Amino acid sequence: MAYQFDFGSILPHWKLLLDGVVLTTELAAVGAVAGVGLGILGAWARSSRIPVISQIVAVYVELIRNTPFLVQLFFIFFGLPALGVKLSEFQAAALAMVINLGAYSTEIVRAGIQAIPQGQIEAAQSLAMNRVQIFRYIVIRPALKKIWPALSSQVVIVMLGSSVCSQIAAEELTFAANYIQGMNFRAFEVYFVTTGMYLVMSIVLRQILKIFGNFLFERRHHA
Amino acid sequence: MSLVELHAIHKSFGAVQVLKGIDLKIDEGQVIALIGRSGSGKSTLLRTINGLETIDDGTIMVAGKKVGDHDTDLLDLRLNVGMVFQQFNLFPHYTALENVMLSPQVVKKQSKAEARAIAEEMLTKVGLADKMTHYPDQLSGGQQQRVAIARALAMKPRVLLCDEVTSALDPELVNEVLAVVRQLAEEGMTLVMVTHEMRFAREVCDTLVFMHHGRIHEKGAPEAVFANPKTPELANFVGGLAG
Ligand SMILES: Nc1ncnc2c1ncn2[C@@H]1O[C@H](COP(=O)(O)OP(=O)(O)OP(=O)(O)O)[C@@H](O)[C@H]1O
Ligand SMILES: [Mg+2]
Repeated sequence: MAYQFDFGSILPHWKLLLDGVVLTTELAAVGAVAGVGLGILGAWARSSRIPVISQIVAVYVELIRNTPFLVQLFFIFFGLPALGVKLSEFQAAALAMVINLGAYSTEIVRAGIQAIPQGQIEAAQSLAMNRVQIFRYIVIRPALKKIWPALSSQVVIVMLGSSVCSQIAAEELTFAANYIQGMNFRAFEVYFVTTGMYLVMSIVLRQILKIFGNFLFERRHHA
Repeated sequence: MSLVELHAIHKSFGAVQVLKGIDLKIDEGQVIALIGRSGSGKSTLLRTINGLETIDDGTIMVAGKKVGDHDTDLLDLRLNVGMVFQQFNLFPHYTALENVMLSPQVVKKQSKAEARAIAEEMLTKVGLADKMTHYPDQLSGGQQQRVAIARALAMKPRVLLCDEVTSALDPELVNEVLAVVRQLAEEGMTLVMVTHEMRFAREVCDTLVFMHHGRIHEKGAPEAVFANPKTPELANFVGGLAG
């Protein structure tokens, strides 16, 4: 007998899915803002004149980029309590995402910083700006502009990666899907709909990032 | 005491000795042209004066203060020493006006209105009153270089260093920039410029410094130096330019 599709069977659980979407959105928002912020700090520290600081950041980046996100998550959620750091599912998931995105965006932002012509930095130095002023007024905005597409993609990847957080029972979208599927046994329908929801979220997130980028980098006075 | 005093400046890049003991005094209001072959160390010398290059040995005094390599010393130094580069180096994400306003605001902590007034004054001085809201990529090379000059002037430096400020320009744009430099010289600005524009150097500068292999080989009033090179190297250099 052919499989009878029954998308209606998901309807009673719409609230769970919606809660999942909300939590995924929250995780993505925290992860994106704090993760990119951490990336900017990391990129700045990476160019520090103090070798130790630069090396610590390098180790952090390599550690995160060469280990699975799921293991990082488990370490934070199941491992850290051994050190007395007990985090809720949401806190652990958010922290893992921030740390993960922080490492990747450190590298991405660093590439943008390195693409700033040395002459502009020398011009700023000649104008008696200090290192912080140069970074803030001269370097960071053009650097972010250069790497904004790459950074946006990484943010989307991390947002989608939040589905892994269902493994520690953070009640995001994938967790909700698994839960519903466990109740109605309609795996096809549940994951079909869930896939669609992730797709829409990705598209929306990309758009938001694009609009935000345009706002951030637009020329405010036109000739 | 001179405004800038260089004494026994030595500088190497790796094994290559680029400055081999430079002594030079620059007085208030003096206009100096640095000439010499490619690789003779002109840019390096200029860049030591505002601390863009560290020196291995010797002393630099600017406005009576010894230049050390502490960050705060360097910032103090750079308040007195402005620089204009061959490649303009404008900040691409700011308009002409913002390029000029930035440093007075963030470094000198001037109010926006103050910084704006100075920036407008300087841009008008270099003939760009009608281009203030243009971005660098909307300006010609000559205009960009004039913005760069205005940007340096807005910090009210006591000496302005110019490193081949017309070398990256199309020939028809050279004169508009030289005219600005000439005007600065006439107003009594202290200038040290690396240049290949010999006629301009002769007309505008009061001292010519010929560098050769990391040393000051000859120095003097332009007329005398050009008419009467004391060394074969300078004769050669001057002859090479004529021919
Ligand atoms: N950052 C650097 N690292 C290594 N070598 C350098 C560096 N900067 C300059 N040099 C070398 O130092 C020497 C002098 O360079 P400098 O730029 O001062 O010459 P210049 O007289 O300004 O020449 P040009 O007329 O071509 O501008 C050259 O041999 C150059 O290759
Ligand atoms: Mg040079």
